[in-house]
Amino acid sequence: MTALLWAEDLWKSFGDREVLKGVSLELAAHEVVAVIGASGSGKSTLLRCLSLLEPIDDGRIMLGDEDISDPRVDANRVRARFGVVFQSYNLFPHMSVLDNVTLASRVVHKEPKKDAEARGLALLERVGLADKARDHPDRLSGGQQQRAAIVRAIATDPEILLLDEITSALDPELVGEVLELVRELAEEGTTILMATHEMAFARDVAHRVVFLDAGRILEQGPPAAVFGNPREERTKEFLTRFLG
Amino acid sequence: MTSPIPSGHSPSALELERRAFRARQSQRSVLVAVASTIAFAVIVWVTVIATPGWAAVQQAFFNPAIALESLPRVWEGFLVNLQVLALSLVTVSIFALLIAVLRTLPGPVFLPLRAIAAAYTDIFRGLPFIIVLYVVGFGIPTLTNTRIPLILLGTLAVTLTYSAYVAEVIRAGIEAVHPSQRLAARALGLGYTQTLRRVVLPQALRKITPPLMNDFVAMQKDVGLISILGIADAVLAAKIEASQTYNFTPYLVAGILFVLLAIPTIRLTDWYSARLRQREQSGSIL
Repeated sequence: MTALLWAEDLWKSFGDREVLKGVSLELAAHEVVAVIGASGSGKSTLLRCLSLLEPIDDGRIMLGDEDISDPRVDANRVRARFGVVFQSYNLFPHMSVLDNVTLASRVVHKEPKKDAEARGLALLERVGLADKARDHPDRLSGGQQQRAAIVRAIATDPEILLLDEITSALDPELVGEVLELVRELAEEGTTILMATHEMAFARDVAHRVVFLDAGRILEQGPPAAVFGNPREERTKEFLTRFLG
Repeated sequence: MTSPIPSGHSPSALELERRAFRARQSQRSVLVAVASTIAFAVIVWVTVIATPGWAAVQQAFFNPAIALESLPRVWEGFLVNLQVLALSLVTVSIFALLIAVLRTLPGPVFLPLRAIAAAYTDIFRGLPFIIVLYVVGFGIPTLTNTRIPLILLGTLAVTLTYSAYVAEVIRAGIEAVHPSQRLAARALGLGYTQTLRRVVLPQALRKITPPLMNDFVAMQKDVGLISILGIADAVLAAKIEASQTYNFTPYLVAGILFVLLAIPTIRLTDWYSARLRQREQSGSIL
């Protein structure tokens, strides 16, 4: 299995604070990987560095055969190959849901507006938001907004979907509808790297779980192994706190 | 505001009591409003109209015959003000946006541009408008030794001064857009300029509509100052009329025209802000 995304020895600090201390990670096509770890362990930073939303201090990121950490690559073109969903949705409040979804197709991929809208509507229909297409995001519930944000991220058929704690800002009763959508995407073979606190979901959907602690990957493996029989003391501690 | 009662539900005794209380409160508010209006009218009468000089002031400033007589000339001048205003509106919009964008460019590469933009806004917000008018109106023709139409010089002076204010307002708007919005746009693959145009500026302009309109209203009246360059605008026309009749009423006529010009802008702003709020937000705002 060749890696679709291959990060090698990533280092990143903000001022004096070292957030990533030599993280190496591989992601194969169609693989679903969950990154778990305490708040501040570097999950979000890792995802942002991989999608070039944050410059790295050292290391190398390969996407396919291309070194995307090379400063000579066109970062905008690389970012367009990722789909990113954020914890706080970050939909554009001044645009309708449909315009949010079709923005990248129209502006980045120069797709005719008609085609982009037809595809956007079909996707919104699929996630049950067709009747909200012309509304502005503030009129939607949190769960609906996050589903719209996922549609926006997948509207351009990205090679990898990065999900950054996408249910952390949601009411417990709205988490289900969002996770259900992610599960469907995973089953269709979407390559997903997700930072999450939803341990049950990670165990259920992920092919591999990566435990990040203080900027280092402490252990990784199939969910059954990491959750059922963790090797490291820190992992045990973390899981006990989380699973009770 | 009371919401309509669903059919079949009759209000409880508690709610009826609250409604009676609210009704008493609003009766009291009306009485207070009437009483304070009467008090204000009495104060105005005592301090202004009942003064010994009122008759003379009325004669010098509020002479209906002179007002009517001066109106055509003042109106003709006012049309010149409107021309300068329309031209300035276009030039200020373009120039101020450019300056604001330059001031917010990131990275060390753009330091010189940022510095120039910052110096510009510092200087022209500090300089009194009259001085800008003199420098532009008399300096530039001397410098270039050509005859430039006075209207264009007036427009240039207004543009230089007001672009500095408007640029700062736009910059504040750009910086008020949450960074997560830029992040989301960049994550989609949009470049810096695309993000600015599609995501940041539309949100920034919505946020700053009220202060922007405030500057526009200020500009509407400052356009009246171009008369010091000898432009035959409303104020200069009023001055000529006033000197011919030894009466200040023409100034008042010009003043009223400027106020009438400002009112629609002010109401339009209120309407526009309300419409945006309604479209993009649900629920009421306290």
